[in-house]
Amino acid sequence: MYTQGLDQRGDGKAAADRPELLARFQEKVDAEEKIEPKDWMPAEYRKTLVRQISQHAHSEIVGMLPEGNWITRAPTLKRKAILLAKVQDEAGHGLYLYSAAETLGVSRDELVEQLLTGKAKYSSIFNYPTLTWADIGAIGWLVDGAAIMNQIPLCRCSYGPYARAMVRICKEESFHQRQGYEIMLMLSRGTDAQKDMAQDALNRWWWPSLMMFGPGDADSKHTAQSMAWKIKRFTNDELRQKFVDVTVPQAEFLGLKVPDPDLRWNEETGHYEFGEIDWEEFYQVLKGNGPCNRERLEARQKAHDEGAWVREAAAAYADKQARRRAAA
Amino acid sequence: MDRKHWPLFEVFIRSRAGLSHRHVGSLHAADADMALDHARDLYTRRSEGVSIWVIDSKSIVASDPDDNPELFEPAEDKIYRHPTFYEVPDGVENL
Ligand SMILES: [Fe+2]
Ligand SMILES: [Fe+2]
Repeated sequence: MYTQGLDQRGDGKAAADRPELLARFQEKVDAEEKIEPKDWMPAEYRKTLVRQISQHAHSEIVGMLPEGNWITRAPTLKRKAILLAKVQDEAGHGLYLYSAAETLGVSRDELVEQLLTGKAKYSSIFNYPTLTWADIGAIGWLVDGAAIMNQIPLCRCSYGPYARAMVRICKEESFHQRQGYEIMLMLSRGTDAQKDMAQDALNRWWWPSLMMFGPGDADSKHTAQSMAWKIKRFTNDELRQKFVDVTVPQAEFLGLKVPDPDLRWNEETGHYEFGEIDWEEFYQVLKGNGPCNRERLEARQKAHDEGAWVREAAAAYADKQARRRAAA
Repeated sequence: MDRKHWPLFEVFIRSRAGLSHRHVGSLHAADADMALDHARDLYTRRSEGVSIWVIDSKSIVASDPDDNPELFEPAEDKIYRHPTFYEVPDGVENL
């Protein structure tokens, strides 16, 4: 949110060589003060944030594809307008986040390049296909629901530009989840075929949604450091548990069955217990072997290539206008 | 000036008549006119504004956090600049 030239600070030296700066940095973080672009920060903190924020931005951008697939086939004009608005919001989320990442000294072009070459990751969930209209309901309800669970604590992230972007995003997300749940509600109150369609969508999206929170705490390498830096406020497993606890009653209200034979309410802990996640599937999708990985990247590449002339023409026009103003 | 990449602009929005413009974020655009169009799409999709300012990010001059002690600490001990510094005797009104 400031120009990159302003942002680059001399944090090149390893943090271990700057104990007094490091101590002051951690003090600020512990006191819940925000870190701003021009403040000194450990190189690792900067690197972690660039990775996390850009992955997040890529997820918003790629996330438009599975839903965009249904815009022209929405069942009513009202649903079409809603879906269009939602997908447009996701584009906005991507842009807010790219801007936040740029305050850390990376350029937009580098970030886009990392996505297109497959160097950067995005959320595994968007590599699953949207086969029926009910998938649009399930995505809003479950995928945006899981995203909200993840994103609300990020509004208090120690890095100012990221936290501010998240506040804006969270305000916009709740309509996403509600419109999805409403679709599921209408289908589950409809004909048998519609009800089956809703159940089928829940069956396919439930487990990938749980995977959105990332590996279990025991296998999550970055969690401890990210929590000390207050980038993260809750562990992956904590957030996943919260999500299951709030979502299962919503499924029951719909009269749909969560596809997990091990799911049961634990009176003592006050939480749901749920079955083992298929982590092999998660890592395969992350590695690029999900059902739609290739299709998603191809679609991004195509959009990028086909937009090239627009970017060039706009820049040429801006140059011409500037020359005209200079001559006048 | 031939540019391949769109420069960065900072966006400021006045949310209601009577309030100041406030920094809301940034975006890339080929020129200021396009930056205004993009700002409208990106930052006012839910009636968040009645007026938009955009400015080329490079034109912003910012203070350096390392200078904060010199810049801001001198104000801290000048408590006599605040009305609460002064004693108002009981019985004196409208002061
Ligand atoms: Fe989003
Ligand atoms: Fe969303």
